[in-house]
Formats: sequence, structure tokens, C-alpha cells
Amino acid sequence: MTEDAFRRALEQVEHGPASTVAPAPHVPPLEREVPEHPSVTALRARFGAAILRHEVVSGDEHIVYIEPDRNVEILRWLHGDPAQRYDYLADLTAVDYGGGRPIQVVYQLWSIPHKRALRVKAELPLDRLEIDSVVAIWNSANWLEREVYDMFGVIFRGHPDLRRILMPYNYAEGHPLRKDFPLRGRFSRAEQTRRALAMTVEDYYSPYELDLARRLGQPLPEIFAEMLEGRDFAREARGEEGDGA
Amino acid sequence: MARRTVVYEVTRTPELAPDGSLVHAPVVPVEAELPAEYREAIHGEHMLINIGPQHPATHGVLRLVLELDGETVVRCIPHIGYLHSGFEKLGEYRTWNQIIPLTDRMDYLAPLIYNCAYAMAVEKLMGIEVTERCKVVRVILMEMDRIFSHLLWLGTTAIDIGAFTVFLWTFQQREKIYTFHEAYTGARITTSATRIGGMMADLPPGWVEGVREWLREFPRTLDEVETLLTTNAIWVGRTQGVGVIGPEEAINYGFSGPNLRASGVPYDVRKDKPYYDYDLYDWDVPVGENGDVYDRYLVRMEEMRQSARILWQALDRLPDGPINVDNPRVILPPKSKAMSDMEAMIHHFKVVMEGVRAPVGESWLSVEGSKGELGMYVVSDGGSKPVRWRVRAPSFLNISVLPKLVEGALLADVIAINASLDIVLGEIDR
Repeated sequence: MTEDAFRRALEQVEHGPASTVAPAPHVPPLEREVPEHPSVTALRARFGAAILRHEVVSGDEHIVYIEPDRNVEILRWLHGDPAQRYDYLADLTAVDYGGGRPIQVVYQLWSIPHKRALRVKAELPLDRLEIDSVVAIWNSANWLEREVYDMFGVIFRGHPDLRRILMPYNYAEGHPLRKDFPLRGRFSRAEQTRRALAMTVEDYYSPYELDLARRLGQPLPEIFAEMLEGRDFAREARGEEGDGA
Repeated sequence: MARRTVVYEVTRTPELAPDGSLVHAPVVPVEAELPAEYREAIHGEHMLINIGPQHPATHGVLRLVLELDGETVVRCIPHIGYLHSGFEKLGEYRTWNQIIPLTDRMDYLAPLIYNCAYAMAVEKLMGIEVTERCKVVRVILMEMDRIFSHLLWLGTTAIDIGAFTVFLWTFQQREKIYTFHEAYTGARITTSATRIGGMMADLPPGWVEGVREWLREFPRTLDEVETLLTTNAIWVGRTQGVGVIGPEEAINYGFSGPNLRASGVPYDVRKDKPYYDYDLYDWDVPVGENGDVYDRYLVRMEEMRQSARILWQALDRLPDGPINVDNPRVILPPKSKAMSDMEAMIHHFKVVMEGVRAPVGESWLSVEGSKGELGMYVVSDGGSKPVRWRVRAPSFLNISVLPKLVEGALLADVIAINASLDIVLGEIDR
């Protein structure tokens, strides 16, 4: 390996990978006949302009790009319509391609009665990372959306309990799976150690639980009681928490 | 679809037991007969307690915050992330082959299933069809690790519910599978056995015979465990009707694997999206009826027997031939050739230094893991490293149902229900 490549690799570790030269994902890589998928045909007929694109990847995997603002409407129909019946949300995740490209929220659906798979994607521009929550359709989306929020910073409107799930509640370095997030974190090693040592007991409880303890009349250490004075937990779960960027 | 409902000669209504051989532990509903004045008296005495993260019954570093009304759970809030290692982020800085060692550290109870699932997803993305021998070898390894994982589940769950002997018996069998892991890969847990396009090596001599010999005596352990547990009054009393979830809800909450099948949904990736010729093997999908802890136990017991059935057939059909694809762009040439042949040396250099390249595209592929549906989502921009590598960890979704399952249960049942879900924190936290 040349020295140049070595330096590039080091830079990647420090600053995150540079965006690649590959074509943007919203341009289909190859012009070819896209095989039919019964659900896509039905979606087109019903929702028209809200169905942006249809792609087939890796042989037999169908992807439908939808208008992010109408995701709940479309997914609810896919879940409920007897001819579609995508009753099993296999996966919900996000992809960041880096280079300022939109973040894709990916719904991997599976229909147990029809034995059919469909991937639905919604692209969110980086300056408006918000989409409606689908917890009301599939309960399994609850933790999956929390994970996407934690890792990518996508806000799911209407989620019952949107807070960090894998990272600590007071994590202040941002959203780790974003491409602009360096591998070792945003803070220096010294700062990370300092913060780890400065963790207090209340950092291990969500504000909601502390509030619960207070309402149950459980004796709280004074520091907790002070902390809880006049705070709005519903708002905090959404906004202030941990957006260190 | 071959579907087999698991039926055992255990009645679920103790007063109807014909010969009185089965005596259930008395289950007294706590809130039903409590006089109103007592209810009044204890009203408001809710209590918030914390279990874990370092607790033997949480099967890893899981932390539960429980709101209790006396001994009844009102609310349960799980906290995860204590084992978060950022594998998915790390994977974006590794070449496709370098990710394989990360995969077996997620589910260290069934590492080979993770190795195989990841390799399959990348091979699908690259359009590589592995050799026939490789397919059968992977089926053998995956089914062996399914038994491997279910045995651990059986032993630890029995301990959690109070039966210690089972743990010793299942770990004797696990030890033998550890030996097979070690003989093949050199490691007992961190196997890293697959490569893109094949396996790290062919099976060592005598390995297949060893597995056959183990398969002959292994079902006896299951029989012995069944005599201990299946009609045991304490076991039945602690597990039947505990942690019940119906089929529709189980699907909606994202249950998969044995947990989902215990609720009566015959969804098995091996049957519904067959890979590696699973549709050609002769085996059944065990399905429960009641969706409680007891049915999850029965389904897993039967699944081990079915896995043994698949193993026998796979060992019989194991074809000769190369184990790796004949493609120098993904597979390393033999070391002797790399030292003597110029072209082989260049391929060797390129595969090691640059890594295998995947075309632009993505693939979401799932296999039936030991805990449930294990999905691997790989996104490539044409480079030798993934843009995104996502693992749909079955335990992550299974444990997210815990708050619903334990609502209204007794504190002691929380331990039983949590154990019955067969979680592994390595894949939950990733």
C-alpha cells in the first residue's frame, strides 16, 4: 500500500469516509426491464404520483421509493389491504450514502399469507430529517424507529417514546451511523474518558422513569428532585436530547 | 407446507387429568379474589425496582426497570445498549471479508449461522452462486449451531426456573459441538468460518464421522431432559399460561423464530423463502398453540429433533468437489500456487490488499437463525467496503415485546418470560 493510501485510510478514521464517486443512488444504475411486482402495480394504480420509482436489485428484490409525507397512508394500505397484507415488518432501518445525499428510511416488508417481500424507501433531505412514525401500524417499529433515531437522527413524528436506545441518554456526540460521524467519535479520547467518569446515577435512568419514581412517591435523592423541577418530558424526548452536532 | 403441531400428553386443565399422575402447582390469581378494602389499603404502594444490568437471570447485560404493585408488574422498561460495540459502523471501514469476524461476535451462541448469513447476503449482492458442497456444508454448520444455541437456551432457562440438572446435561452436549467448531475452524466461539464465495477451508478428515457419531447419541439427552421437564408439575406450573401472546399480536410485534411459531404462526424462513435447498430436505416446522413459555419450550425441543433430521440428510448428501467458487477475484489462490505462479500471486495480493469488490447495489437477505429471522442488509457503492451493513437481529425485536408480555405477570414470571425469549445481548446491542 502506498503512503498516500495509508494517509487516506487514517483520515477516514478521523473524519469519516469521503463521499464516493459512484452514481447517486436515486439514479438507477442500469436501464433495463424491471420485472413486475403485483404490489407495485397496485400501488401505482392507487397512489399514482406518490410512488416515485421502482427498482429491482440483486435479482429479485423490489424497491419502491415513495413520497415521505405519505408514508403512513401507503404503508397502512399495504398492511391492511387483503390483496397485499404485508403484516410483518421484517426490518426498518436507514441508509446514509454520505456526500450530502438524502438519508433513506428503509421498510422491509414481508407478507406471511402471500409469501411476498417488498422494500419501501423514503428519502429524507438532510435538512428535514422527519417522517411520520408507523408504530400505529406495526408495533415492531417501536424500537426500530428508536434505533434509527439514535443512529441517524431521523425524527419519527408521533412515536410514543422516541429516545435513544443503544447509546446513553446523555450522549452528546451526535448520531453515530451518519457518514459525517468519525469512527472514533467527535470528542477526543480525554474528553470521552472525562465524560464517562462524570456519569452520575440519574444518567442511567430516562427522565420518564425518574418522573415515574417521583409520582409513585418513592424517595428521590435531592439531586433528582431538583433535576425534575418543571421539565416537560414529552418535549425532551423529541428535541433536546443528545443532538451534539 | 409440512407443519407439525407440537402435542404432548400434558393436559392444560389439571382437574381433568385422567389418572391424577400430573399434579399442577396451584396457581392462585393474585388480584381476582382480593377484597376491595385490601386493594384500597395497598393502593398507591407501587414500587420502582431495577434488575440488572449485571444479573444472572437477564442473560447478559440487560437492564429492566419494573414498576411493581406488590408482586405484580405494572410496567416494564428495558434498557439495552450496554454491549454496544458499533459493529455496523466499524463494518463501513472494513472490506467485505474483514467483516466476517465481526459477525460471530454478535451471536456468540450460534456464531456459524451469523457467518453464513453474512456471506450469503454479500454473495447475493455480488451474484455469486456457491458450490454444491459449500451449500451442504453451510447447512450442516447452521443446523448444528441451531442445536448448539437451543441447548444453551434449554439449560439456562431450566436454571432460571429452578431445575439445575438440565444445565449440566445440555452443556455436556454443547461441549461436543464446541469440539466440532474447534476441529473445523480452530476456535470454539469466534469461528469466522465463511469467506465470500466459500469457506475458510474444507472439512477436516474424520469430521463428518464425528458428527454422525454425536448425532447418534445426542437425541438421548433430549429424551432425558423431557423426562425431567415436560410433565414435571413445577415446570408445567411455572410455564403454562405465562407470557402468552396470540398469533396476530406476535406478528405485529415482530416476533420471529421459535417464539413466533410457539404462538401458532408457521412462519419459518427455511420453508417460506427456501435457501440452500432447504425445500429438498424432509423436515417439519413445529408449531405451538398457546404462545406461552411452555409452548416455546416444546417448539425448541422439537426443533432440535428436526435439526438432527436435517443434519442426517445433509451428511448423507454431502457431495464431493470444490468448496470454494472458481473465481480468483473473490477467492484466495492456494498458498503454494501464490508462491509459484505470477498470476496467482497478483490475485492473492489484490484480494488481500484491496479486498473483494461488490457491484453497486444492495441486498436484504434473511435466514432462519436460532433466535428468529436473521436479516442481513448490505449496501454497496461499488467499492471494497460496504456503504451500510445492517443486521436485523432477531433478539432485538423479540426483547422489545417483553414489556407487553410481562404486564400483569408476577415478578418471578418476569424471569421465566425473559428466559423463554432466548435473547443474546451481543446481537441486541451490536
